[in-house]
Amino acid sequence: MVDDDSERLRVLTELNRRFEASVPHNRALNLDIVAVEHARATVRLPYDVKLIGNPETGVLHGGAITTAMDAAFGAAVFQALPRPMVIATLDLRIDYLKPATPPRDVTIRAHCYKVTRNVAFVRGLAFHDDEADLIASGTASFMLGTSSSRRPPEQE
Amino acid sequence: MNRLIERIAAAKRSGEVSRLVEAVPYARFMGISAVVVGGELLGRLQFADHLIGNPMLPALHGGAIGALLESTAIFQLMWETEAILLPKTITLTVDYLRSGRAVDTFARGVLTRQGRRVASVRVDAWQDDRSRPIAVASAHFLIETAEMPEPAPPESDT
Repeated sequence: MVDDDSERLRVLTELNRRFEASVPHNRALNLDIVAVEHARATVRLPYDVKLIGNPETGVLHGGAITTAMDAAFGAAVFQALPRPMVIATLDLRIDYLKPATPPRDVTIRAHCYKVTRNVAFVRGLAFHDDEADLIASGTASFMLGTSSSRRPPEQE
Repeated sequence: MNRLIERIAAAKRSGEVSRLVEAVPYARFMGISAVVVGGELLGRLQFADHLIGNPMLPALHGGAIGALLESTAIFQLMWETEAILLPKTITLTVDYLRSGRAVDTFARGVLTRQGRRVASVRVDAWQDDRSRPIAVASAHFLIETAEMPEPAPPESDT
C-alpha cells in the first residue's frame, strides 16, 4: 500500500508540475490538482483576498470559479485521453448555485464522461467539503488535437 | 470606504466608469476595467503574462476570457439598470471561437432582457478586429432594482 501511495503521490506531483508550471494562470490562482483517476480530476481553488468579487462580503468572484472549473475540466480530459494532446475549450456553461463562503477553499470535481475522435465532454461540481452542498455546477466540451503541429494558430 | 453601490451611483453621476471596478480586488488582480469608447461601455482585459493558459501558442486561459465576459455583463447591468445590489450570476455560457492571443481583449455587453428579478446579457469579446470575436457569452443574473418593489403577495380568496 505504501508503494501504491508513493506512486500516486509521484503521479500527482508530476501532474501538478505540468498543470501549474506550464499554465501561468493556474499558478496565479494557486490551483492544485488534489486527486486524479481515470477520466476524473479534483482541483482545489484556495481562498485568496485578491480573488474577491464583492468587497462587502468577501465572496470570491465568479471568474475565479469559472477559471478553476475550466482548469479542472481540462485536467479531467487529460486523464481520459489515450495519449497527451493539446486541447482547447469549445464551450463552457456554469450554473452558480450559491455564493462560496469566505474564507473557505473551493473544491472542483470533474468527470470527462465521453471522448470522441475530435471532442471530449466534461461535467463537474464545485463545493467546499460537502458534495451535496454545491456552489456551482458546470459542463464543457473540448476540441482535441488542436496542437500547433496539426493546425497553426490563427494569424490575424 | 464607500459601499460598492454608492461607488456605482457616484460613477454614474460623474461618468467615471473606472470607478465601477476599482473597489473589486479580483478585477484589479486580473487587469479588468471598464472603459467608454465612442460612447459605448466596454470591458477591457489588459494582457499580462499571468493570464496565459497555453504558453505554447501562447493563448489566454479560457477562464480569464470567461471572467472578462462575466465582468462586462455586470458592468453593463450596473450601468444601464437601476440595480441597487451587485447582480448575482445565475448562469454563464461561453462559446470559445478563437484562441485569445497575448494582447489586450475588449468586450461589449448588450442587455437582451430585463425583468423584475432576472436580467439577461449577451457579450462579445474581441482583440484587434471586432468583426472576429474570440468568444461570445450569454448570462442570466438575479437583480434587485430600486424602482420595482417586490410583488405584492397574492390576494387571498374572499
